[in-house]
Amino acid sequence: MAEAQSKARPKPRAEGALLDIRNLRIEATVYPPGEKPRDVVLVDDVSLKLERGKVLGLIGESGAGKSTIGLSSMGFGRGGVRLTGGEILLNGRDLRKTGAGGLRRMRGREVCYVAQSAAAAFNPAHKLMDQVVEAALEHRVLSRAAAEKRAIELFRKLSLPNPETIGERYPHQVSGGQLQRVMTAMALCSEPDLIVFDEPTTALDVTTQIDVLAAIKEAIRDTHVAALYITHDLAVVAQVSDEIMVLRHGKLVEWGGTHQIIKEPRQAYTNALVSVHQIEHQEHAPGVTPVLSVKNVTASYGGGTVKVLKNVSVDVFPGQTLAVVGESGSGKSTLARAITGLLPPLEGSITFDGRTLGNKLADRSRDDLRELQMIYQMADVAMNPRQTVGTIIGRPLEFYFKMHGRERDQRVAELLEKIEMGKGYADRYPAELSGGQKQRVCIARALAAKPKLIICDEVTSALDPLVAHGILELLLGLQAEEDVAYLFITHDLATVKSIADSIAVMYRGEVVRYGSKSTVLTPPFDDYTDLLLRSVPEMEIGWLEKAIQGRKMAGAGN
Amino acid sequence: MSIARIPIGALIGLVLTAMFLIMAIFAPWIAPFGNGEIVGEVWAPMSSAHWLGTDNIGRDLLTRIIYGARTTIFIAVLATALSFTLGAVLGFTAAVVGGWFDTIMSRFVDLLMSIPTLIFGLVVLSVLPSTMLTLILVMGILDSTRVYRLSRAVAVDINVMDFVEAARLRGEGTGWVIFREILPNALSPLISELGLRFIYAVLFLSALSFLGLGVQPPNADWGGMVKENKDGIVFGIGAALIPAAAIAALAISVNLVADWVLNRTTSLKGGRG
Repeated sequence: MAEAQSKARPKPRAEGALLDIRNLRIEATVYPPGEKPRDVVLVDDVSLKLERGKVLGLIGESGAGKSTIGLSSMGFGRGGVRLTGGEILLNGRDLRKTGAGGLRRMRGREVCYVAQSAAAAFNPAHKLMDQVVEAALEHRVLSRAAAEKRAIELFRKLSLPNPETIGERYPHQVSGGQLQRVMTAMALCSEPDLIVFDEPTTALDVTTQIDVLAAIKEAIRDTHVAALYITHDLAVVAQVSDEIMVLRHGKLVEWGGTHQIIKEPRQAYTNALVSVHQIEHQEHAPGVTPVLSVKNVTASYGGGTVKVLKNVSVDVFPGQTLAVVGESGSGKSTLARAITGLLPPLEGSITFDGRTLGNKLADRSRDDLRELQMIYQMADVAMNPRQTVGTIIGRPLEFYFKMHGRERDQRVAELLEKIEMGKGYADRYPAELSGGQKQRVCIARALAAKPKLIICDEVTSALDPLVAHGILELLLGLQAEEDVAYLFITHDLATVKSIADSIAVMYRGEVVRYGSKSTVLTPPFDDYTDLLLRSVPEMEIGWLEKAIQGRKMAGAGN
Repeated sequence: MSIARIPIGALIGLVLTAMFLIMAIFAPWIAPFGNGEIVGEVWAPMSSAHWLGTDNIGRDLLTRIIYGARTTIFIAVLATALSFTLGAVLGFTAAVVGGWFDTIMSRFVDLLMSIPTLIFGLVVLSVLPSTMLTLILVMGILDSTRVYRLSRAVAVDINVMDFVEAARLRGEGTGWVIFREILPNALSPLISELGLRFIYAVLFLSALSFLGLGVQPPNADWGGMVKENKDGIVFGIGAALIPAAAIAALAISVNLVADWVLNRTTSLKGGRG
């Protein structure tokens, strides 16, 4: 301790690469109930090199091992994960051979970590400033006054509002995007050599994401820190990284310069990642009579004090898709709740298939309920974990059509066929399915009711791009087959482009732009739609700078 | 499922619980003597004729323990069953229905819980006749307040999950929501509580009997037996410790089984890995 009291230890500086991972192997033990515990390999024979001041993007779907590799660069294995082979050389030292004390001296000093959910990573009981400067004080890099000065500088660099005083706030007093930037400031505060960004913008809205992304990029450039940037979004990683490494099932697929990966991918899997989202969907002209017609609906929570929907009117036509777009808090999910009857509107009317729907769920007939189905964002909580797939899909059949026994099983098998899963899945529990399969089962449950309209609430946003792509194709195929209409709620404009016939853009509870897909996506735009469209990351190097430039110009023009 | 896959702790629990249950069910055929029969001297030591010795008026202790198991377990099982049925159904309903039903039920339960259970039981039982039925009803209703609290708390959390909302949107009634959506997911905490509550019921009954308000003599029950033989402790006679040990053994074995069942029901993959 006496030694630590005196002064900050000088950081070891070795020649060559800052981080050099060689033949890394990471394993974990799984304990399947009723079976012998067995070891699974999470990361197999991955090597990477990162120079000072460079950014390496790690990309892959969930389960690819990208977060595991990111954390291994701090010598850390989350939740019983073991680093079992290879070398992790940071500043010339092998972290696998470093003891607990050595790792503790290294973490927060040489490597810092930015978590996906800043809201969950901050301690809600402490002020932001105390948490931001903690690592710098702990490692005696700076005095308290100097650390706070640096933190304020970083707040300013990351374009946080009121940089002098924001540190005095508690985590719940700032927004999600701001908190993510504060976390980046926290990582930069102790002047580390390497920062691991673990999906720092995934949980944010597109319009917020672009700000955070720009701030992170600028901070990396100004401080010459090296970074590992983990994400599943290629368009995002293309903006910030110098090199990209594509991972799948814990193995290296491809590693190259950003330009090469995006423009000339050499592996088929990389190519699939790059070319995702290109579903061609011919928009249909609006029909004559809408299947669902929402007229001047106003709704609020808490007895009318806060209006979350203001005078909203939209129509959905049979066999077509209306996409409702907006950032979080824009009222798009509330619109779904009003339509389903979970939140009775204060004013306005909802007409469905020629009938006026009762405001409350209890006022609606069984047929009203049957013909209006809903698919949720989180497939794993939308299914009862104690029911088998057969029960989950079979229940609407029993409930609405009084099908039982063999007839029901037959129909369940047909539905499983429709969602491209075999009938062998009927006996499985949701916990035994992958994320994409879970969402497919939810789709089958909705289809089982033979609905006229399905409300899809962010159904693909929790999924990996390739899996989401499959779900969208499935939905489109089913629409053609069953002539079902979709009300598709999303914040992802790429999804909208690939499936919508008409679009409603929502902002703060109001529909700011509404019409067929081609009219909504054709200029001139209103300010908000413009901002939204500009914020969608494109898989193009230099997009971020252009987008920021465009926004500044628009801001100056207004 | 093979016996070899049951962990050793659970196995011990299962064997002991089964032993107690067999004792309780087949008491008249297993017991060497009659229940109230005076067969020897007062507080005779253990011998080949009286394996556990005799009690304060010369009845065979082993016989009394076996008959005691019958009364004690019978009352405790029924009281626990009553408290769980009542508490869980009302708790789930309160969580699902909400509104005034929830408020009235919860405040009423608060009212019952604000009175110490033992004192409340004593007051009620000193007014009512001490029959088995009143004992079961009083114990069951008093205990159901705890179960109500737990079930309501668990159900409130489950009630806001998307799959319950999906069931509501389908038009399912309250019955389906409670028994098919919520109950299977609330089972784990309820089962662990069940083991604990059963033992509390045994202890509560024993306490009541010890105080003279539970099972009335000459019927045997473990709490009453401790009372009958407690004076012997002064003379170094351990007869009172034997029913006490029986209570402890039952408590431990039932909870070993409950823990194991809990482990098995927490699996979300139907227990087949």
